[in-house]
Amino acid sequence: MSSLYQVLSPTGELVGDLKGQLDEATMIKMYENMVLVRQFDRKSINLQRQGRMGTYAPFEGQEASQVGSAMALTPGDWLFPTYRDHAAAIVHGQTMARVFLYWMGHMEGSISPKHLHIMPPCVPIATQMVHAVGTAWASKLQSEKHVSIAYFGDGASSEGDFHEALNFAGVFQTPTIFFCQNNGFAISVPFSQQSASKTIAQRSAAYDIPGIRIDGNDIFAVWLTMKEAMQRALEGKGPTLIEAVTFRYGAHTTADDPKKYRDQESLSEEWRQERDPLQRVRVYLENQGLWNETKEADLIARVNEQIDAALVEAESYPKSKPEDMFKHVYAEPSWMATEQESELVKPSKQEGIPA
Amino acid sequence: MKRKLTMIQAITEATDQKLADDSRIMLLGEDIGVNGGVFRATEDLIHKYGPDRVVDTPLAEAGIIGAAIGLAMNGKIPVVEIQFLAFIYPGFEQIVSHAARMRYRTRGQYHVPMVIRTPYGAGIRGPELHSESVETFFAHVPGLKVVAPSTPYDAKGLLIAAMEDPDPVIFLEPTKLYRAFKQEVPEEMYRVPIGKAKVVQEGSDVSIFAWGAMLRVAEDAAKQIERENGLSCEIIDLRTLYPLDRDTIIASVKKTGRAVVVHEAHKTAGLGAEIISIINDEALIYMKAPVKRITGFDVPVPQFSIEDDYLPTTERVKDGIMETATF
Ligand SMILES: Cc1ncc(C[n+]2csc(CCOP(=O)(O)OP(=O)(O)O)c2C)c(N)n1
Repeated sequence: MSSLYQVLSPTGELVGDLKGQLDEATMIKMYENMVLVRQFDRKSINLQRQGRMGTYAPFEGQEASQVGSAMALTPGDWLFPTYRDHAAAIVHGQTMARVFLYWMGHMEGSISPKHLHIMPPCVPIATQMVHAVGTAWASKLQSEKHVSIAYFGDGASSEGDFHEALNFAGVFQTPTIFFCQNNGFAISVPFSQQSASKTIAQRSAAYDIPGIRIDGNDIFAVWLTMKEAMQRALEGKGPTLIEAVTFRYGAHTTADDPKKYRDQESLSEEWRQERDPLQRVRVYLENQGLWNETKEADLIARVNEQIDAALVEAESYPKSKPEDMFKHVYAEPSWMATEQESELVKPSKQEGIPA
Repeated sequence: MKRKLTMIQAITEATDQKLADDSRIMLLGEDIGVNGGVFRATEDLIHKYGPDRVVDTPLAEAGIIGAAIGLAMNGKIPVVEIQFLAFIYPGFEQIVSHAARMRYRTRGQYHVPMVIRTPYGAGIRGPELHSESVETFFAHVPGLKVVAPSTPYDAKGLLIAAMEDPDPVIFLEPTKLYRAFKQEVPEEMYRVPIGKAKVVQEGSDVSIFAWGAMLRVAEDAAKQIERENGLSCEIIDLRTLYPLDRDTIIASVKKTGRAVVVHEAHKTAGLGAEIISIINDEALIYMKAPVKRITGFDVPVPQFSIEDDYLPTTERVKDGIMETATF
């Protein structure tokens, strides 16, 4: 049952084939990216605690899944993140400043660099999956060599949209990658209670598309699996469902207390000790003579500097004005909204209203 | 023996008492069991009644609401919790095409006694899609009842009434008020009738109609206006949004001749328009001024940096009252 594809073991040993694809520079970049997003995540939680940011959804523990999958993409590919996939978005080119802004309660935090197709974090569960079918379908129809990737969780696999997305993608053979981070829980409900299926990957059989279950804490496995899925998609061979088995160490969001539904400390500690995605790469790189304490210290200093700069940028972003809410609702605002806007900006104090 | 409860505690108590009172009642929802619901409305109930009656469901609103319809048709009384109003949309089809129409389609052979509880409304600094106020969607659909309490006392009484109602009830809980204040709530089971508004404060110059979290804003504005301008406001908490309590609305405007409706839902096609229509139909000749609506705007509820600017403020309500008063 449910064997996991693994390339790099938790103790940092190569147990799978690199297929001649993963070079040292990429491995180092992988590690650096994971360190960056982990620091970013921790910083965000602190900012939330200091009241400088709203409710935040942390991802620590899921770095290999997000970073590895996003690093496999090319700039023209379409990325559909959820509220937990900022690491994937950042690696694909979203600026950290924008991610901060989003969690500070500004819609402008959803704007991505112009040349990239990074969608706003999707809040309703599973609904973005069908969009990723649509954009991929259009890419195919327009002969553009791009894939669309939809991120989602194990809980999302219960929603109707999950099934509709897989079915459409299978029927129309769209270049879509369905990337599930199975972190074991949808808020409080464990996967065993979410579904009677043993795995999420096996659902692919029903739609006759390839499904693969991988160690989501093994960034080499994630990256190689993604590369293969992308190649298949770009050769016109349709979608892939990837189930990356992972764990989030922290709470569902900063507004949630997991102590009620899982043995938070000890489960997180166990994953941290035994399966941490950063640790195994670091050990591997050290064993290869590619990493050491000095490099580590340099890296931490470097990423913290980047994160601080992004924070300064986000916090000095102009304050939203009340009238901003009327922008971008339609291409041309209706008279109804225009009147309401003037009422908001200048509360009417005149006596009497025109007949 | 004066016990004071928050709205969330009142909701838990109503649910607990009905679970004990009627073995047909069962709760369904995401994270409502072990976790006690994201707002803790079902705290500990799973330990008391077991996982067959307090069910942690898979994450699937169409599945939850659809299954609840079947349960209701076959002898159970499901009480569904949807985590936030905007997450009801995947189950919307089941609500409007089936829950609302089963009695009609089967010519009364089957009916759907169920309650769908869900937090709604802004002012809580929630992320995107956690602050919607789209009660009109449901009030617009024949076959549904729509309830929105504004106090712990009413929340308990209305929820018990909803669980005893033979028709599907959409029970909208103003998130902002869950823990905003405590109120005396009787320990025993009692009912607040669905379809009856409440005159919160009698007055003679202007009628103010509101519900949910906006009631507090209306009360605030009325208090200030009274102090500053000596105007006497009558405040009506509609409590039920479908069916509307026409008699209470009309009796009030006949007395005052002026009215202001306050709601946080978008203005266009909001319930304010319906209330004005009722007044036009039944009491136009009593009116001394056009009815004023103070509402949220025709824009998606903005993210929290400007969320408060979306919501009707005391200032805006006061301006509205003065506009009708000085017309
Ligand atoms: C349609 C819908 N229903 C409910 C919610 C509330 N909610 C937010 S996250 C979540 C759990 C999601 O779990 P999963 O898909 O496993 O992703 P994870 O959060 O674990 O990354 C729920 C129930 C929602 N956002 N959308």
